[in-house]
Amino acid sequence: MQTFDLAADGLRTLNATLHAQAETTNQTTWEIINPKGSHAIAVGLDAPIEVNVKGSTGYYCAGMNKQATVHVHGSAGPGVAENMMSGTVIVEGDASQYAGATGHGGTLIIKGNASSRCGISMKGIDIIVHGNIGHMSAFMAQSGNLVVCGDAGDALGDSLYEARLFVRGSVKSLGADCIEKEMRPEHLEILAELLERGGCDAKPEEFKRYGSARQLYNFKPDNAY
Amino acid sequence: MKDETKSAPRTMPIQSATFSQSINAEIRRAAATGIYDIRGGGAKRKVPHFDDLLFLGASMSRYPLEGYRERCDTSVTLGTRYAKNPIHLDIPITIAGMSFGALSGPAKEALGRGATLAGTSTTTGDGGMTPEERGHSKKLVYQYLPSRYGMNPDDLRRADAIEIVVGQGAKPGGGGMLLGQKISDRVAEMRNLPKGIDQRSACRHPDWTGPDDLEIKILELREITGWQVPIYIKVGGARPYFDTTLAVKAGADVVVLDGMQGGTAATQDVFIEHVGQPILACIREAVRALQDLGMHREVQLVVSGGIRTGADVAKCMALGADAVAIGTAALIALGDNDPRWEDEYQKLGTTAGAYDDWHEGKDPAGITTQDPELMARFDPIEGGRRLNNYLKVMTLEAQTIARACGKSHLHNLEPEDLCALTMEAAAMARIPLAGTDWYPGKPGTGF
Ligand SMILES: Cc1cc2nc3c(=O)[nH]c(=O)nc-3n(C[C@H](O)[C@H](O)[C@H](O)COP(=O)(O)O)c2cc1C
Repeated sequence: MQTFDLAADGLRTLNATLHAQAETTNQTTWEIINPKGSHAIAVGLDAPIEVNVKGSTGYYCAGMNKQATVHVHGSAGPGVAENMMSGTVIVEGDASQYAGATGHGGTLIIKGNASSRCGISMKGIDIIVHGNIGHMSAFMAQSGNLVVCGDAGDALGDSLYEARLFVRGSVKSLGADCIEKEMRPEHLEILAELLERGGCDAKPEEFKRYGSARQLYNFKPDNAY
Repeated sequence: MKDETKSAPRTMPIQSATFSQSINAEIRRAAATGIYDIRGGGAKRKVPHFDDLLFLGASMSRYPLEGYRERCDTSVTLGTRYAKNPIHLDIPITIAGMSFGALSGPAKEALGRGATLAGTSTTTGDGGMTPEERGHSKKLVYQYLPSRYGMNPDDLRRADAIEIVVGQGAKPGGGGMLLGQKISDRVAEMRNLPKGIDQRSACRHPDWTGPDDLEIKILELREITGWQVPIYIKVGGARPYFDTTLAVKAGADVVVLDGMQGGTAATQDVFIEHVGQPILACIREAVRALQDLGMHREVQLVVSGGIRTGADVAKCMALGADAVAIGTAALIALGDNDPRWEDEYQKLGTTAGAYDDWHEGKDPAGITTQDPELMARFDPIEGGRRLNNYLKVMTLEAQTIARACGKSHLHNLEPEDLCALTMEAAAMARIPLAGTDWYPGKPGTGF
């Protein structure tokens, strides 16, 4: 295992070092100490490495991640795993706003709560939150799955497209064009796999499914605003 | 008696200037459909513009350069502030961001071909980077938009510069839309959405709000791309002094400022015509912001919105811009709105020059469409050749003016080379009204 002291060696060297890890590297496990809430830690990675961040991070930790596993042993600031393409990002604590925003793929697991706009504009990512999520989550969510073991805030799934939302607890309110949908066997199956991937101790049957009513899909007088 | 009344002179029917024929037609259309008008293109109303400025030329107090012999440079380098690899362009005329989706693949290819031949850059758009475009553009600027359609780190690292789009002149404060008619399989796949549905692009970025956040976003993008490429920030012509100041504060290498005349692929007509300031009114304010920060020429300024000729380019330079961007003019050079398709424009209920229903995807010229049959009418090699010709002519025109003003580089043009034809232009561009040494608001003149 390689240890990198962020306070001593700086962000540029950290990211440059991680970017230099080739697909075939045998230095697959990294530990970053003294993150101290720094922004843009471990962004743009593209190798099957594991990065353990020993503490809390600022904005955009693991942004645009591909292949790598980034494990935050603390809480994450805004935009954790934004636009992730593949790989896994795990946050042991809470995540701030826009967690997993616009993510195209991979898995984001948040063991605590996520703030507002979790999964905003998500495009294929799977997000699994053990706790609650804040308002306007999954706004304009295009595809992928958002699993919430706790409660969801106001305006869940506003203007969403084809993303699937699963919530175990209460939903304060649904956003425009977001409705509760029937949980069919195939959804239970998908959810069971997601819960397992996310290490959640919950049963698929306890969840409700939400999705798009598809009434805003084509521009017409009734939905112009 | 009866006859007398009949032959009495009558008032002529007078059309109202307020309730004009076109306004009335729009009222009837709105009453019939219940929905606002969406269209492409830029503002069609007349606003103060570069035509309201003139160059003075050399005379007794200044001497000109020899038209065909003496050197007049046109090159520009964008992104000198932080990027390891700034962009060097042979001419200060760039191709503005226009999305694949709004434009066909071959049209994007033609823009790349023409721009590359002319030694300049082209720009992606909402909808991501296509291989045609990357393949044919030697210098390609990759837009980072609120929708993040097609955004990915591989394309980010393939780009020669990144342009964070905060706003567009046609619709400052508005998002985009691409209606279902134009969503082919390929467009849908690039945007991760089902085929045939309308695609709305958000007006705000999903993961940052103000300039303080943007500063951190820029840090992230620079870290992902190893600080190699310049980062531009594009804003619509709203509050150019403050927008430029904040863009510089957020860490931009280049500010792209798009005036209200600027074209768009599809937006509400009310937005296009009624929101934002003309580019003429924006340039001096942006330059003043850069000067106040000691950043003029350190952070480069690219301006756009209704630029058509080498004279427009030269005027932008004289007002303090480093380069310009063109959208609509480039499409016209490719063949958009060409009278050769008049019969088909008529069938669509319009006429060459007025066709702006680009969002419907029925473009007779095969440029703003995803319909394979219409697209096949457009030859990207010929289109690229035409665009290169046009860019060359604009450059020669701008050089002609610069030499006449005694300037050995387009960037040496200055406000002192200009006069204004109207009070409005004089006030907006802070250029003396022709025949005077005065402009409204000139310091020390009382009003
Ligand atoms: C067909 C078309 C598509 C456009 N698409 C985008 C876009 O995706 N992103 C963007 O920032 N601006 C877009 N624009 C605006 C241009 O980048 C540019 O700001 C504008 O065209 C400049 O004004 P002009 O058309 O008068 O030259 C588009 C413009 C047109 C005409």
